[in-house]
Amino acid sequence: MLVRLSFIFLGVSGIAAAWGGALALLTVATEQAGLPLGLPWRQVLLHIDPLSGFFLFIVGTITSITACYGPNYIKEHIGGPQPPGTLTFFTGLFVAAMLFVLLATDAFSFMVAWEIMSVSSYFLVVFEHHKAENRSAAFLYLLMAVIGGAIILLAYGVLAAFGGSFSFYAMATAQLSPTWATIAFLLAFVGFGMKAGIVPLHVWLPQAHPVAPSHVSALMSGVMLKVAVYGFIRFVWDLLGGILWQWGVLVLLIGAASAVLGVLYALMQHDLKRLLAYHSVENIGIIYIGLGLSMIFSATGHTGIAAVALIAALYHCLNHALFKSLLFLGAGAVLQQSHHHDMENMGGLVRRMPVTAICFLIGCISICALPPFNGFVSEWLIFQAALQGTVLKSGILGAMIPVASAMLALTSALAIACFVKVYGVIFLGRPRSRQAAEAQEVSFGMKSAQVILALCCLGFGIFPTWTVIAISTIPEQLLGTGLAKAAGNSWLWLTPIDKQTASYGAPSVLLGLLVSWLIVFFFLHPLKRDNRIRIAPAWDCGFGPLTPRMQYTAASFSMPIRRIFSFVWCIFEKTEPAQPGRGPRYFIKISDWSWLVFYIPIGKLLLQIAQRTSRIQGGNLRVYLAYSFFTLLFLLWVIV
Amino acid sequence: MNGWLFAIVQTLCVVFFAPFMAGLVKWMKCKLQNRQGPPPWQPYRNLLKLSRKQVVLADTASFVFRIAPYVVFSVTIVAVSVVPVISVQLPTAALADVIVLVGFLSLARFFLSLAGMDVGTSFGGMGSSREVTISSLAEPALLMAFFTLAMNASSTNVSTVIAHLSQGSLILYPSLIFSSLGLILVAIAETGRIPIDNPATHLELTMIHEAMILEYSGRHLALMEWAAMLKLTLYSLLIVNLIVPLGVALTLRPGDLLLGAVSVSCKLLLLALFLAVVETAQAKMRLFRAPQYLGLAFILSLLGMMSHIILEVR
Repeated sequence: MLVRLSFIFLGVSGIAAAWGGALALLTVATEQAGLPLGLPWRQVLLHIDPLSGFFLFIVGTITSITACYGPNYIKEHIGGPQPPGTLTFFTGLFVAAMLFVLLATDAFSFMVAWEIMSVSSYFLVVFEHHKAENRSAAFLYLLMAVIGGAIILLAYGVLAAFGGSFSFYAMATAQLSPTWATIAFLLAFVGFGMKAGIVPLHVWLPQAHPVAPSHVSALMSGVMLKVAVYGFIRFVWDLLGGILWQWGVLVLLIGAASAVLGVLYALMQHDLKRLLAYHSVENIGIIYIGLGLSMIFSATGHTGIAAVALIAALYHCLNHALFKSLLFLGAGAVLQQSHHHDMENMGGLVRRMPVTAICFLIGCISICALPPFNGFVSEWLIFQAALQGTVLKSGILGAMIPVASAMLALTSALAIACFVKVYGVIFLGRPRSRQAAEAQEVSFGMKSAQVILALCCLGFGIFPTWTVIAISTIPEQLLGTGLAKAAGNSWLWLTPIDKQTASYGAPSVLLGLLVSWLIVFFFLHPLKRDNRIRIAPAWDCGFGPLTPRMQYTAASFSMPIRRIFSFVWCIFEKTEPAQPGRGPRYFIKISDWSWLVFYIPIGKLLLQIAQRTSRIQGGNLRVYLAYSFFTLLFLLWVIV
Repeated sequence: MNGWLFAIVQTLCVVFFAPFMAGLVKWMKCKLQNRQGPPPWQPYRNLLKLSRKQVVLADTASFVFRIAPYVVFSVTIVAVSVVPVISVQLPTAALADVIVLVGFLSLARFFLSLAGMDVGTSFGGMGSSREVTISSLAEPALLMAFFTLAMNASSTNVSTVIAHLSQGSLILYPSLIFSSLGLILVAIAETGRIPIDNPATHLELTMIHEAMILEYSGRHLALMEWAAMLKLTLYSLLIVNLIVPLGVALTLRPGDLLLGAVSVSCKLLLLALFLAVVETAQAKMRLFRAPQYLGLAFILSLLGMMSHIILEVR
């Protein structure tokens, strides 16, 4: 009962946040309020403008939809080893902290909220802490969150030193030299990038997101990463200002690398939720490609195109929140029913769980950026912005942008490969395990959350013009230019630059598809003929019954891609020949290069340093007193 | 209104012409190989026969398997409707630009590959796996080639691009040459022709497209086959009208339209001959040679774009 009540509160707060955010975005309102919280001489100020309103809308929408999903999903934890109260309490705290981050208007309250967000989500990740892998994943997450938080603090420190205060107003007016501005930018890029999960700072993401309960994974992947993107946009566009094109190039390249590597790593995963987590890395990469383009164009004075790129990035934030939450909720439904994390044990779920299967299919189409769903619109906008690269004078930039758009094209093509694998192995074919064969459709609340998200994916794909007009208040606020011409024509057409350059009529495309479908259907089903279908076993080449083990598996499906791009992964492959009593065996382990190249050396170095420094730890009290004494002397010397 | 009517008529013409194009290539190929060969209108007979036959569905097939033929076929029709064939005065071209066109082809492929996975036989999975692998390498090359042409015309609208190319002088830009070569290589791979796939075989180790549709029968199979022929025609039209935009009508006047129809038929005939010669002279590649082939296509397209940006913009 208490659990249900907590989810009702969560849903109501989500709706309130979404409502407030949408109002701020649509009416271009800027509101402030003081809160009697925190230190006596520093009142906590809250501030809402179109940028934070847009992200509030994302957080609120996804929160309220997951609140429909949660009560039935966590039923299995009631009476389990961990009390569900922990889960509901920290979920509430987590959402509250995210909302507070979006509303904070000074670095002090921003950082407090940011750290609460990290810590509360740590408790959600570690919820099932009786499993050792969850503990280590959660520790990695906490470690990265702490380091990232410290780096963001340094970035704010630079701005505060020049602005003279922690308030965002003072920071926005601070005058920085290009060197200091670049230092602040790099710190913010790394700090927020750590939370957003750009390559190579993404390693915590595929570890931590899968082990949390699914509705929390949806919140973390769909929403928390967007809060990091919000922080980055707020810092660079609003507070720092004076963007240099070199920053844009860095963001563009890292974004392209994240997109391609994210999807390639995802292709090799067999754990459904881990695969989805790697796709978050990919989508964050796509968002960063849009942001990088926007930075390059605004730094070179083409604010109109910069606005298109920024809108594309923001639109992709919204889209990713919708379809990634949908996919994580679908994954949760599948896990709850099949009790397997590994895709190789699933199969044939489309017949057992039809509603989940249809919603998941819509999520797959959306994330693959296929028309007429929402993911396509934002990638289309990014391509349109990239195609304007010829306006740039510099040859390097002119060459960089097409390469980035080629990477984006490769990413979306590989994403299709990946989701054909996911959908084909999990939902289609024959069940590969007893649990998959006995799966049942999930309860009404869980279904309805998925259906709402699927409808949102369709809606934001078919009516992109209204969405773009609504979002274009943000570039008006940050860059001084909106998209006047997007609304110039009717709502049927999306024309980001102008009518001659490019147009996309999403509603008419959908109409055309449906009409041609109907014509073909009636053409092939004449009334006077018997159109019945005969059901028969699949053709087995005359060799006896087909078994589920004869199907293509996830590993065999992605094998050609594994072979072509084999330099991307660190692959360990071993075949054992058949022995008496058992058949041949095949082992494969695919790991992430960034672990081997960055993290393991850094970890070793840290251990070595720790061992060296442990020598000064003698255990003798007098020696420690001497340390304190000399430190005190040193500090006095420094100050005086 | 005239334009919309024209677009619908033109789409229907292409849809009903597509089997002839596929039959023609096959007939020419047979003649070149000194074989008797079926007449070019044989595909019409096959489609008619299949559409009358009863559908036999595998007992493991789900709704995806049943809707896939309709999705694939109708998406391909919509894709055809945005490509200017005879005249560039095509209102539908504004609905969906070249990126959306690539998106349509991907959507059709997505459902085709899912249908291959649906029944749960290993042939289907094998075909789907190969299809998505090859197309994930082909799609970037295709988009790069289209982007070069689009940057040339500073528009992604297919009509505008063709109008721009046909009005331009006959100077050969390096970017156009490179991207045309890339486009041709990609088109051969994407339409499942030799040397990537062999449309004439049912040998399990080599097939890609045929493996995915192996479980289909009756009207579903007819739709899948027709969609494949339509895709071949679509790519052929894109190639002939983008690379040699000569003769494409710029208005909707009857005289211009007639000239456009004659010129596009001649160009398609030549392209069919070219395809037949290539398929006769070439053998099918091993699957793992395909990445090199598609890598070449990608490099060519990228070179096209680079040479456009570096040499031609300023």
